[in-house]
Amino acid sequence: MQRELYLDNAATTPVHPEVAQAIHHSLVVAYGNPSSLHRKGMEAEGIVKEARSLVAEMLGVSPAEVYFTSGGTEANALAIKGVARARQRRGKHLITTQIEHSSVLAACRDLEAEGFKVTYLPVDAEGRVDPEEAAAAVTGETILLSVMHVNNEIGTIQPIGEIVEAVRGKKEDILVHVDGVQAFGKIPVAPEELGVDLLSVSAHKLHGPKGIGALYCRKGVQLQPLFGRGTQERGLRSGTENVPGIAGLGAAIKVWQREGRPRQKELYQLKEQLIEGLLSIEGARLNGARGEGAAPHIVNLSFPGVRGEVLVHALEEKGLYVSTGSACSSRKAEVSHVLKALGLAERESESSIRISLSYTTTAEEIAQAVEIIQEAVSSLRKILL
Amino acid sequence: MESVVLVRYGEIGLKGKNRPAFENRLVQNLRRALGPEIEASVRREHGRIVVDFGGREAPRQAIDRLRSVFGVVSISPAKAAPLSLDEALAGARLLVEEKLQATKGPVRFKVEAKRSNKQFPLTSPELNGRFGGYLLRAFPRLEVDVHAPDFVLHVEVREKAIYLYTEILPGPGGLPVGSSSEGLLLLSGGIDSPVAGWLAMKRGIRLRAIHFHSFPFTSDRSKEKVIDLAGVLSRYSFEPIPVYVVNFTPAQTAIRQHVPPAMTITVMRRMMLRIASRIAAQHGIPALITGESVGQVASQTLESMAAINEVTSMPILRPLVAMDKGEIVELAQQIGTYDLSVLPYPDCCTLFVPDRPETRPRIERVRAAEADMPIDELVDEAVATVDVVEPVLEPSLSL
Repeated sequence: MQRELYLDNAATTPVHPEVAQAIHHSLVVAYGNPSSLHRKGMEAEGIVKEARSLVAEMLGVSPAEVYFTSGGTEANALAIKGVARARQRRGKHLITTQIEHSSVLAACRDLEAEGFKVTYLPVDAEGRVDPEEAAAAVTGETILLSVMHVNNEIGTIQPIGEIVEAVRGKKEDILVHVDGVQAFGKIPVAPEELGVDLLSVSAHKLHGPKGIGALYCRKGVQLQPLFGRGTQERGLRSGTENVPGIAGLGAAIKVWQREGRPRQKELYQLKEQLIEGLLSIEGARLNGARGEGAAPHIVNLSFPGVRGEVLVHALEEKGLYVSTGSACSSRKAEVSHVLKALGLAERESESSIRISLSYTTTAEEIAQAVEIIQEAVSSLRKILL
Repeated sequence: MESVVLVRYGEIGLKGKNRPAFENRLVQNLRRALGPEIEASVRREHGRIVVDFGGREAPRQAIDRLRSVFGVVSISPAKAAPLSLDEALAGARLLVEEKLQATKGPVRFKVEAKRSNKQFPLTSPELNGRFGGYLLRAFPRLEVDVHAPDFVLHVEVREKAIYLYTEILPGPGGLPVGSSSEGLLLLSGGIDSPVAGWLAMKRGIRLRAIHFHSFPFTSDRSKEKVIDLAGVLSRYSFEPIPVYVVNFTPAQTAIRQHVPPAMTITVMRRMMLRIASRIAAQHGIPALITGESVGQVASQTLESMAAINEVTSMPILRPLVAMDKGEIVELAQQIGTYDLSVLPYPDCCTLFVPDRPETRPRIERVRAAEADMPIDELVDEAVATVDVVEPVLEPSLSL
C-alpha cells in the first residue's frame, strides 16, 4: 500500500492516539454533565478544569481568563463582535488587516452591516503589517485592533508587540485581539507580555479534535455573548460544555508538552530543508517570510505554469497531501486574498501551494516530499506548457 | 369511498398498435415512482390510469411523485364512489367540505358532469342539476357561477365507479421513460448536459451516462458532482442512472502533446465521442446525447459539430441545440440540477480551453492535427479501464 505523507497540518492534524483515548474516556466513562451536583458531574468538571489550566499555562495567563468555544472561528467571532458590541458607545471603529483568516473578515463584515467602520491594513511583500501604518489608522473612535499572529497561508509572523505599542501610543484604551490559531504550539504565544487582551486558539491544528477551541479574555474586559445568557463559561458561552472536545484539547496540550515543544527549533531546520529543495525547481518562488520572521510549519510556494489545484491532485496520487492557499478558501474558485495582498499576480497565486508541517514530521518525510514535488512539477509542466 | 388518483396521458394514446406497450410502460413507471413504501394499486381503465389508494387518503408525496412521471399530462386526486347517486352525492359533500375549509365568505362553483357509462340512469345535464342543487342546500356559502367559478366539481360516471374531483394538476407530458430505447448521455459537470439528459428522458429515452475524468487536472470532487447530477436525473426515471467514468487523462495528455492549441477542443471532443460510441455499442445503446447548443461557445459551431460527428456513425442527439442559455438555466433550476452544476469544481472542458480555439475547423486539418496521436490505443485503453458508478437513489423523494 502507498505510504501516506500528510503535509497539510495547517488545515488540520490527525488526532494523536492519546488524545483519542482521552476523548473516548470522556464519552463513555466520565460522561457526566459538569453542571450536575453528583460525582459524575464533578468528574466531568474536573476534566474541564484541568484542560482550562493547561491552556492557561501554555499562554501564561490565569485559568479564569480562558473560555472554551466551538473552535477558532467562534473564538474570533466572540472576541471581535463581543468587544465591538459591548463597547460601541465609546466608538465604532475597528482596525484589522487584509490577510486575516476568513472568520475574522466575516465577523468584521457583519459589524460593518451593523454600522461599524473597519480599516483593513495592507501588508508588505512578506506579509507584514507596518506598526506605523497601524498607528496612523487609529482614530478617536477606534475601540479594537484585531491582528493574526501567524498567517495561515504563508506563515508570516506579525510583530504583535510593536504594533500594539504603536497603536496604544496613539490611543491608550484600544483593546487588542490576536487570532492565535496558527501560532498556538508553533511559536511562543504570551498575550500578557505582548499587551494583548484577547487571543483565540484551536485544538485541531495541534493533534486535538475538531470542534473545540478557546478564547483568552483578559480579566476586566467586557464581552457581549454571541448567543444565550446561560451559566456555563461564566455566562459568555451558554450550552453544556463540549467535555469530550475539552478533554481532547487538554490531552493534546499534554502530548505537545512532551513531544512537540522540544522539537520547535528542529522544525525550523526541516522547513529550511524543504524550502531549499523546492527552490531548486526552475521558476519556483517562496511566498511570505523566511527564517525567524515566519512560523516553522508553513511554506507557501508558486510554481509558475502549474495550477495549484492540479499539483495538489497530482501529489495526492503519490500519497502526498498538501493544499492550495488555505483549506477554507481553496474550494472556492477564486484567488487567495492573502497572496493578492502580498502583491502577487493572479497567475502566480493560481500556481501556489501550501505545505505545512507538524511536530511529528521527520527529515525523511521532507526528503520524500521534495522528491515527489520535483517530479510532479516537471511532469505536469511537460503536459501543461 | 376510495381515494384514487386519475392519471391522464395524451400522446401515447395516439400511438396505434404500440399503444398497449406504451401504456404498460407508463403503468410500470408510475408503480416504480410510488416506491415500495406507498401502498396503492395501479390499473388501466379506458384511456386513463387509476392509482387506487383504497380507503386511505392519497399521501401528498405520492401525488408529487405521480406528477413528475414522464408521459403524464395531468393528474387529479379524486374520490371514487360506487355507481349510486346517493353515495356520489355524499362523496361530493366530503370533497367540497374539504375545499371550503381553507376559505371564508361566498365561494362560486360549478358542476361539470360527464357520463361515459350510458347504463347510468341520469344524463350529464341532469347530473349537473342534481349535484348543484344538493351542494347549494348543504353549504349556504356556495353560489353557482358557470363563467368564473372558484372551483369546478368534476363528476365522471364511468364503467365501475363515479369519480369526483376538483383539481387538475399538470404533469410533465412527454413519453414514459423506457418507451424509446436507450441513450448514452455525455455528462459533464456543467449546466447544459444534465438538462439535455432530462429532455431526452422526457421523450421516453432511458439514460445511461458517460463522464470523462482527468485526474489530476480535475478533482475527485468534480467526479462526485457528476455522480450526484446523475442522481438528480434518476429521480425522473425512478431508477439509478449508471455513470461510465472514463479515465481521460492519457488522452488529454496526448492531445496536449500532439495537437496544436487551436485544435485541442475539437480533437478532445472527437476522442470523447470515439470512446462514448465504443462503450455505447458494447452495451447495445443506439444513440449518444450531448448538451451542445449552436453558437453557445466558440467551439459549438455547425462546422465544429460536423468535425465531431465525423468520428462516429451513431446518431448524436442534441436536445438543447436551439435553446438559449437563459432557457437552459431556467430548466436546470426547475429540474433541480442547477445548484449542483454551478459548484466551482473545474471540469476538463474549462481547464484546457485554449486562448483562441478554432471555431470553424476544417475536417482535413483536424485529421492532420490528430495524425500523430495513437488514437486506437488511447480509445482501447479508455474503454478497458472504464469504471461504472451508480448514484444512490434517494429512498423517499421530495420534489
